[in-house]
Amino acid sequence: MWQALYEELKDQNFTIITVAMDSEADAARPYIEAAAPTYLSLIDRDHHVAELYNMVNVPQAVWIDEQGQIVRPPEPAGAFDTIRARDKSTREVPKAAEETRIKARQVYLDAIRDWVRNGASSPHAFDQFEARARLSLPDDNIAAAQANFRLGQFLLRRGKADAAAPLFLEARRLHPKSWTIWRQTDETNDLGLAVSADFWGRIDALGETKFYDVIDMDGMPAEIPS
Amino acid sequence: MVWLVTDDKELNVAGVIADGTALWLSPEVVEHATGWKLKPEGLCRGEICVPIPALRAETFLRDDKINVAEFWRFMGWPVVSADAGDAWMLGQGASARSAALESLEAPDFILPDLDGVPHKLSGERGKKVFLATWASW
Repeated sequence: MWQALYEELKDQNFTIITVAMDSEADAARPYIEAAAPTYLSLIDRDHHVAELYNMVNVPQAVWIDEQGQIVRPPEPAGAFDTIRARDKSTREVPKAAEETRIKARQVYLDAIRDWVRNGASSPHAFDQFEARARLSLPDDNIAAAQANFRLGQFLLRRGKADAAAPLFLEARRLHPKSWTIWRQTDETNDLGLAVSADFWGRIDALGETKFYDVIDMDGMPAEIPS
Repeated sequence: MVWLVTDDKELNVAGVIADGTALWLSPEVVEHATGWKLKPEGLCRGEICVPIPALRAETFLRDDKINVAEFWRFMGWPVVSADAGDAWMLGQGASARSAALESLEAPDFILPDLDGVPHKLSGERGKKVFLATWASW
């Protein structure tokens, strides 16, 4: 999905790193091989990056400048909250929602282009005050959830699913907002997708809360036109 | 033998007493696993030393072993045990993670690609980096 953008911008001192929050490389492999990226495509079986950056969902993006400083903290990677607009019975996305999703993605890609061209003077690159204000910081419960998840993943790798199960339950309990913990530990269908009935129930229970927050960016659509 | 998992290590350790919420390890193992070294001033790592609370020293130090789980809880960091005490995780605390993010220095990491070759985020220093997460699920 990002390969075209990479091809366009790679000669302007820009690169992409994608990180798959997958328990094993083989789950991610078919997607990576289909995309055939020439940028770094890494496997994060223990969700280190989600823990380090306090992320709760995928896809999430972080913009990092040449000095290794965060200029945009974690946010949906050009994603829009289309999942909430799905028809409950058919699970189809209405046309207006799909168009909004495409527009949101376009705005996001153009913002990346602007940043690559203009660096810190791009309106989309936050200064340190703006960036810090938009950080989401972990609390003790989240830290404990991550530790439970990590040990659970470790036990799972050693074939100890029964020992891992209570740790995953505890991780979910301590960090209820984390979709990455929840979906990684949920059952998957034949295609490897964590879209169980529990998942849809959890989506429906969101109420006013968004699955993907609106990205804080000029020109970003805030809602689907009715 | 007990499995001890930390932020960056997975160790199989002998000579351990894992008793309920206590995890007694030799100072050598504690230092190797966590970087915390026992000195007269207390437990030290780099420039920082944490004195062992005098009134309950025996919950931390006994028979030349350190109850690293108690130290971890004392510091407010997460401790997880599982599999009837055969596996333990000494996790990073929220304060350290938060402080790292607030510094706005993008936390470094080392992860493998599909071929198992490890790569660091800091290996791309000098370029603008768009870091994107995704998942097959």
